[in-house]
Amino acid sequence: MSYVIEIMGPLLEGTGVTLQVFLLTFVLAVPLGLGLALIRISGFAVLGGLVNGYIWLMRGTPLMLQMLFIYFALPFVPVIGVRLPDFPAAIVAFVLNYAAYFAEIFRAGIQSIDRGQYEGARVLGLSYAQTMRRIVLPQVLKRILPPMSNETITLVKDTSLIYVLAMNDLLRAARGIVQRDFTTTPFIVAAAFYLLMTLVLTLGFQRLERKYAVYDG
Amino acid sequence: MIHARDVHKRFAAVEVLRGVSLDVGKGEVVAIIGPSGSGKSTFLRCLNHLETINRGRIDIAGETLVSAGKDAVCRYAPEADIRRICRRMGMVFQHFNLFPHLTVLQNIIEAPITVKGLRRAEIVPVAEGLLRKVGLLDKQASYPSRLSGGQKQRVAIARALAMDPDIMLFDEPTSALDPELTGEVLRTIRELAEEHMTMLVVTHEMAFAREVASRVVFMDGGEIIEARPARELFSSPEHARTRAFLENML
Ligand SMILES: Nc1ncnc2c1ncn2[C@@H]1O[C@H](COP(=O)(O)OP(=O)(O)OP(=O)(O)O)[C@@H](O)[C@H]1O
Ligand SMILES: [Mg+2]
Repeated sequence: MSYVIEIMGPLLEGTGVTLQVFLLTFVLAVPLGLGLALIRISGFAVLGGLVNGYIWLMRGTPLMLQMLFIYFALPFVPVIGVRLPDFPAAIVAFVLNYAAYFAEIFRAGIQSIDRGQYEGARVLGLSYAQTMRRIVLPQVLKRILPPMSNETITLVKDTSLIYVLAMNDLLRAARGIVQRDFTTTPFIVAAAFYLLMTLVLTLGFQRLERKYAVYDG
Repeated sequence: MIHARDVHKRFAAVEVLRGVSLDVGKGEVVAIIGPSGSGKSTFLRCLNHLETINRGRIDIAGETLVSAGKDAVCRYAPEADIRRICRRMGMVFQHFNLFPHLTVLQNIIEAPITVKGLRRAEIVPVAEGLLRKVGLLDKQASYPSRLSGGQKQRVAIARALAMDPDIMLFDEPTSALDPELTGEVLRTIRELAEEHMTMLVVTHEMAFAREVASRVVFMDGGEIIEARPARELFSSPEHARTRAFLENML
């Protein structure tokens, strides 16, 4: 037990890094994903095609590769080439990648809303933007809670990929101690931390689902 | 109030409306009847711009929604005008199209607040009055999924009326209802007729059309075959197609 307390310091620091990556990615990728989804369903063929290509690229290549590319290769790309420090590079990669997944969830959700809802709003005089904001998106939110919950929990665990940029997230911190002390206890503590984080998320999403259960449809 | 001239509508290669002309005066109640696929819904949807027409002219309450230029290409009014013109018409759909995430009261006050910019305190008493009128004041806090079909449709009518329209369009308002629930909806529409609301009602309820409509329009194959006072059309239809249809319905 005293050993667990002893290793708690570095593990908590690692958890801090993990949570930062998680929260920043979530907060930035959700609106970006919604924007991409709205462009895709907007009916502008060229823009929609670009978004499609983007989603294909982001979902079709490993997140780790994208991270390595942004950190190591981006500085050498002409025009857009910038050298990002490790943390911003990781965030950019995570946001770009997760926005693609969120965009697909939003798109499927928006397209599942019956055409009658748009027509009902239209004949009452609501504009397209008002229809989206007041009628369609609130209903989409309810329908996408299950896939969003899944994707969000995956994100918590994916944050461990930032070890490739030599950042000390929870898992890398644990591994460091394991290699130093020749004991697997840090892994077990790290697992407990991950479970705790995903439990909080699961409960949060369950609460939202209960809140939206007041209406059917 | 409604003035439609030679309205043509094509879906891909299929011509669904083939020159429909109809005038509806203020306070008039006109029923549209006809076989399935004859273009009744499409015509109604063209009037409030849910569909765009390919040829012809439509004026609503003295304002031109769409007109034909000299080259016979039709020109719609600017988008802002279209919205303003169409707001003078309320529409009630076969499948209600209530907003499931909003309560009955919220369904009714949503558009007056969002579109007209009314304050909640102004519109809630109006909404309550409308709910009382359709007999659903006690359901104002319910979500639509808790209502019967007939109750849903009465909420949809109240929702349309809350925008204070000059014209009401009904597209088969009772076709999705169990037979025992059609009466309550028809009663509500009849009350509107007694208040001299201008109405265009697509319906399969022949008894209702005969009793409430001042004129009945029979459509078939994308055309108006005959449009005459209800009693005349039902008792002595002029065209063989009308006669065949009416015999089928009874
Ligand atoms: N969006 C659309 N795309 C293609 N064809 C359509 C579309 N909407 C309607 N149609 C076709 O137009 C024709 C007329 O349809 P409409 O719905 O106006 O008929 P209706 O008289 O209302 O029939 P019902 O009594 O069954 O409601 C039908 O043949 C239908 O298949
Ligand atoms: Mg129809």
